Amino acid sequence: MATSSINVPSAGPVAGSRSFLSKLRSGDEIARLITFLFAASVVLITLLLIYELWIDSALPRHKFGLSFFFTRVWDPIAENFGALPFIYGTLVTAGVALSLAVPLGIGAAIFLAELAPQKLSDPLQFFIDLLAAVPSVIYGLLGVFIVIPVMRQWIQPALKSSLGFLPLFQGPAYGVGFFTAGIVLAIMVIPYIISVSREVLLSVPRDQREAALALGSTRWESTWKVVVPFARTGIMGSIFLAMARALGETVAVSMVIGNTPTISSSLLSPGYSIAAVIANEFAEATGDMHTAALIELGLVLFLLTFILNGLARLLMLLTTQRGSGTAQA
Amino acid sequence: MTARLRWRKLVSAFMLTMTGICAAVAVSVLFFILGYFVYNGGVSINWDFFTKLPVPVGETGGGMANAIVGSAKLLLLASLIGVPIGFFGGIYLAEFSGNKVAFVVRYAADLLNGVPSIVIGIFAFALVVHPFKRFSTIAGAFALGLMMIPITLRNTEEFLHGVPRALREGSMALGAGKWTTIMRVVVPAAYRGIMTAILLALARVAGETAPLLFTALGNQYWSPGWNQPTASLPVVIYNYALSPYEDWHRQAWAAGLVLLGLILMVNIVARVILSRGIAVPRS
Amino acid sequence: MQASARPALTVNLKPTGIVNTSRETIAPSSMRMNISKVNFFYGEKQTLFDINMGIAQNRVTALIGPSGCGKSTLLRTFNRMHETVRNARLEGEILLDGQNILSQDVTQLRRKVGMVFQRPNPFPKSIFENVAYGPKINGAKAPIAEIVEKSLRRAALWDEVKDQLHKSAYELSGGQQQRLCIARGLAVEPEVLLLDEPCSALDPISTAKVEELLVQLKDSCTIVIVTHNMQQAARVSDFTAFLLVGEMVEFNPTPQLFTTPTDPRTEAYITGRFG
Repeated sequence: MATSSINVPSAGPVAGSRSFLSKLRSGDEIARLITFLFAASVVLITLLLIYELWIDSALPRHKFGLSFFFTRVWDPIAENFGALPFIYGTLVTAGVALSLAVPLGIGAAIFLAELAPQKLSDPLQFFIDLLAAVPSVIYGLLGVFIVIPVMRQWIQPALKSSLGFLPLFQGPAYGVGFFTAGIVLAIMVIPYIISVSREVLLSVPRDQREAALALGSTRWESTWKVVVPFARTGIMGSIFLAMARALGETVAVSMVIGNTPTISSSLLSPGYSIAAVIANEFAEATGDMHTAALIELGLVLFLLTFILNGLARLLMLLTTQRGSGTAQA
Repeated sequence: MTARLRWRKLVSAFMLTMTGICAAVAVSVLFFILGYFVYNGGVSINWDFFTKLPVPVGETGGGMANAIVGSAKLLLLASLIGVPIGFFGGIYLAEFSGNKVAFVVRYAADLLNGVPSIVIGIFAFALVVHPFKRFSTIAGAFALGLMMIPITLRNTEEFLHGVPRALREGSMALGAGKWTTIMRVVVPAAYRGIMTAILLALARVAGETAPLLFTALGNQYWSPGWNQPTASLPVVIYNYALSPYEDWHRQAWAAGLVLLGLILMVNIVARVILSRGIAVPRS
Repeated sequence: MQASARPALTVNLKPTGIVNTSRETIAPSSMRMNISKVNFFYGEKQTLFDINMGIAQNRVTALIGPSGCGKSTLLRTFNRMHETVRNARLEGEILLDGQNILSQDVTQLRRKVGMVFQRPNPFPKSIFENVAYGPKINGAKAPIAEIVEKSLRRAALWDEVKDQLHKSAYELSGGQQQRLCIARGLAVEPEVLLLDEPCSALDPISTAKVEELLVQLKDSCTIVIVTHNMQQAARVSDFTAFLLVGEMVEFNPTPQLFTTPTDPRTEAYITGRFG
């Protein structure tokens, strides 16, 4: 028993001995350790994920090296794998999606941030947040049963007859294809562009807008020439975020893209994306090389989204710094 | 008014109307989706849907009982994996850690959050399916659990941070140790926010299809235990939609309605609770 | 620019800087703006009560008063900036050169009545582009580069920035940024320039530069300045209006208001009995 008895003021556990106190202290130490382990496991899992992707794609990496990215052939039987059609399809659908979603999204964000009174803007934003929560397979269902027939019967023929002189809109119109997938993707990424852009626009200091108005600008001029440029870094961030989402999107795309590894200049052509081919072939991959090639595709996808997300985060960081760093004496 | 000014004002009115149209289009998509699902799916929802197993290919009738139960099992197990890591990890970040460690952990969580779900599926395959040479509920739950970690972690940390210092100090001043303070004072104060964050995480993974495609795979029958492949709502919807059978299409709409309805409801409730700001008491 | 003889305002005019104790009534100089019976509301709450005053052409008029007295609110009605706030409501008449500003096109009005804000707020563009913004959207006749140089000279900033016009405006110091904002406001050649506590975010040296600038500017422009710094008002302005809780307590030539105020509340304020 410890010789000194410590007098501790009234309320709470009476610490009469050193051993009790030390038990108490070590209880906290154990807690710290355990929670640390949980937190560290997050880091470990992430590192393990990257490691697995790297190791499990060793076979094709060693066999094909960089030519993996430039070969068109995807032949599981002959064990000859080239990622080009999938990379092409992924980028093209993302491109179509962004070219539709960015103007619409930024336009909507401008409306919500600059024009709509708060009583309208907040509920509308609520609905848009709900859109972001809709699962991919739901969009896929709509894609299969609504978008594809509409494309096949009306939109694609219309595009062919009006713009068919462009190589973009030539070839047979099946309803599926790059353009269809792009449209479905656009619907899926618009909520992200709107939410982030709206927030960034709302954070532009009031006096920027006021300065523009005080110089005799119209409302549109003050919005477009002053507020939006002020927010441009954040808006770019939202676009990168949307792009990262579009690249990784699997199910909805694979339901409407046609799942044919083609590289075609026509947007009406069926195609394939990285995520879609992994989804379709992984469970029944023929042989280790096939599986490993699919994993290498997964690694590519991971790297692409990693870079885009990183850029997006960097841009968001820059926006917050800018907002607070304007006038200094 | 000069002609130039008139033109500028015209442009202004036009462009601002266009932005309004953009917003209207974006929002109306939601109502369009809802409307279509209610219309197409509502007719097919009946008792059979919830209680029967799928019938052989080409026959009509049957239901999705196994997919519903499968999804429930997956989500349960996924929470057991994802929530503790996120929750206790979040406690570490908010209450114990220094800045450098916190930065690394947060960065890893954000990275994990940004990984496409199909790549998470590959990871789960490599870790759980490949070594044991079988598709299983565990593998699927592992993938989904991983996806729950970042959301739970970040939100736990944030809501714990939101608890005023005064509460902590009051508890410690009464002689309570740090852990006691955390579990008996801080966490209960942030409890609502953390619960809704977990619900949101569940709602997010409930709809995920890609990571299940080669982990839990699918199953026409009941999946006993945790070591067998299992059907799940999203995967069944995916497969039925792509099939050539009218009846399966009809069932896909019904299943989609159920899935969509549940996810939206959880989201609405969670967001309403969060927006009321009642997750944390003000001092 | 006709002199509008309005007997409602007996304003004694004296050239700035000369302290004249006798009250001579000189023929009233022309009023650029006339404000009569102005009442202002934020929703249900009234913040300005029956304001009547005039803004003399080519003079500096100062609005002073304790925090919350409504001086900024009043200033912002002069170019209808209050309309950017949803629940704001203005009653009464504000005339610019005899025309009611409330019935004019607001975009046109704001070109004629410019504003400089409390904290410098240059656009995230180059120094040149900041000053060129106004002329560009309004369709300037003279070449833009000339207008930019002229405005920067008027704002006493040209010599400091002439070699770095394409640098970002954010690289300037606070005082320089504020003078840039003044140049930007001057670039559209406004008839009246409103300044809302333009020096409150600046250090004393920059403040002195801006004050000097304002006194020079009034030859080509009419100036209204809101300031919480009484000494500044005394240094810079020809006329001063003292507001208290939304009321205009006194409006007189500056030397008179500061040496022999007519209202006891004015005297209490300028002697520092309340702040």
